[in-house]
Amino acid sequence: MVLAAVGVITVRNPVHAALFLVLTFFTAAALWLLMEAEFLGIVLVLVYVGAVMVLFLFVVMMLDINVAKMREGFMRLLPLGILVAVVMVVEMLIVVGAKTFRIDPPAPSPLEVSNTKALGNVLYTDYVYAFEIAAAILLVAMIAAISLTHRRRAGTKHQRPSDQIRVKRNDRVRLVKMKSEKK
Amino acid sequence: MSFAIPNFLPAAPEIVVLTMACVVLMVDLFIKKEQRFFTYLLSQATILLALLATLWVASDATELTFNNGYIRDSMGDWLKIFILIITATVFLYSRQYLKDRNIDKGEYYVLGLFAMLGMMIMVSAWNFLNLYLGLELMSLSLYAMVAFDRNSAKASEAAMKYFVLGAIASGMLLYGMSILYGLTGTLNIADVQQQLTTVPEGLDIAVVFGLVFMLVGIAFKLGAVPFHMWLPDVYHGAPTSVTLFIGSAPKIAAFAMVMRLLVSGLGPLHEHWQTMLIILAVLSIGIGNIVAIAQTNIKRMLAYSTISHVGFILLGILAGTKVGFASAMFYTIIYAFMSLGAFGLIVILSHKGFEAENLEDFKGLNDRSPWLAAMMLLILFSMAGVPPTVGFYAKLVVLQAIVNIDLVWLAVYAVLLSVIGAFYYLRVIKLMYFDKPDTQQYIKTSIDVSAVISVNGLLMLALGLFPGALMAICLAAMN
Repeated sequence: MVLAAVGVITVRNPVHAALFLVLTFFTAAALWLLMEAEFLGIVLVLVYVGAVMVLFLFVVMMLDINVAKMREGFMRLLPLGILVAVVMVVEMLIVVGAKTFRIDPPAPSPLEVSNTKALGNVLYTDYVYAFEIAAAILLVAMIAAISLTHRRRAGTKHQRPSDQIRVKRNDRVRLVKMKSEKK
Repeated sequence: MSFAIPNFLPAAPEIVVLTMACVVLMVDLFIKKEQRFFTYLLSQATILLALLATLWVASDATELTFNNGYIRDSMGDWLKIFILIITATVFLYSRQYLKDRNIDKGEYYVLGLFAMLGMMIMVSAWNFLNLYLGLELMSLSLYAMVAFDRNSAKASEAAMKYFVLGAIASGMLLYGMSILYGLTGTLNIADVQQQLTTVPEGLDIAVVFGLVFMLVGIAFKLGAVPFHMWLPDVYHGAPTSVTLFIGSAPKIAAFAMVMRLLVSGLGPLHEHWQTMLIILAVLSIGIGNIVAIAQTNIKRMLAYSTISHVGFILLGILAGTKVGFASAMFYTIIYAFMSLGAFGLIVILSHKGFEAENLEDFKGLNDRSPWLAAMMLLILFSMAGVPPTVGFYAKLVVLQAIVNIDLVWLAVYAVLLSVIGAFYYLRVIKLMYFDKPDTQQYIKTSIDVSAVISVNGLLMLALGLFPGALMAICLAAMN
């Protein structure tokens, strides 16, 4: 997983980077499975790999991103970035240390308990309030996205079905009387 | 498995707002642009209904429902009432402004209602998860509102900055919450508090680690230095009607968040977060007041003044006493009304194709409209903390709380910096009263707006003369 994550940010080709990200998600899902959280593992694969990453790949392939331009200044800032990251990690390790979070691994749960079912049991009962709020958040996201991007463009051509139906013969066909030509 | 249906009654205000917001959304789809007034009326009706619902369920007793994830207590009731009143006033002030700028779409009111719903959820959350979701609901609506004027590059930039920094802050908060969840094994605020009173040896540093992340998230949302970078840009870039909203009601919600998270949840760690809050408060009051002097744009100036006021609110909270919390609540409510008035006046003075956002635009306001100038005078005096306006009393109670816990140096520092801060408020007053106006253009205000701004301004004076009632409410809410 770490290797794949490093791969995401180091490969030059954006498509490869996206594929590495898929690999990262897969390994993360495998970790969840090892921790007996099947539901999270499956959802991670379904949602991230199945939906988000495919969309992402589409975007990457459709937009011809100029990679060289984006990499400008990367090498210049790299040492600084690494320095900051290392300092942060060392600081956190010194302050907290690995020992602090050493909690005994949870006892393996009995086999017959499915955590999908367990989640389902509480989702609409104990956590119904949180569930409803989450629904409202999604609604807001939808309203926001639509109101920010939807605009009526001038000059687009619409069909107007009502006008099409209401059309009368006289509007379209004009009978013209012509004199027959003399030969 | 057995499951008891939760008691829905305490959440009646939230349910009303959610239902009505959806109704407003649907109705707005089917009405013509010229009838937008109807959407506005319906939104105001929603707020009125929610207000009635809040008053209806309000009582002195504390109720828990939704698997102890929702709390209704007297602090929550009062904060909700103020949030509702402020939102209604925001809608009232901004209607004409939106119309002039051709952005009076129904979504403004719908998103406003949803943001208000988020704030109400935050106010009465008794569970980390619900609190976080409420916060996200509020922030998401606000991001969209900032970006609302699509033709303005400044607004888009502000929305982008707000969005990115807000997302980082939410991430920090969530990280802190997850660490604490890992350590205590519960998301319920009361349970967390109970768990934290008996922290096993060696785990206390990990708890503080979680606390730090949480505090960073909170400071971001409040706009305390050094996490204040987004504030001036967002206040400046957003349409003034949105700045008006961001600057007022969410501060009350943020105060509620601090009360629920730090005071209720992490109460046992008081000595740890007190030191951190002192640092935040000292920096906020200092930088807020000093940098504000250099601003020529009044929206930016008020943004920095917000930062310094946030410092004062933190002072009240860090005292850690009942009086301290009550004074912080008093200060927050008063601040929300002051900022409502100040930004409201900017909105009123702006008209089609003109933003009254520079200090020069306030030149000679007294000659153009003595009454509006008088209202602005009262509001600015209150912000500066000049007696007999209420801002003075608010600062006084906060400082009293600080002195009572023997942090006299902090109180002296805060007073000195507010004296410096008074300069930039007084400068605006000087411009309004002693300079000649550039234009003699008549300021047209509709009757409802002028009535409400008058109430808003006079409230500063009235509460300053008789602060007892509101203070009693705040004290009672802390029981």
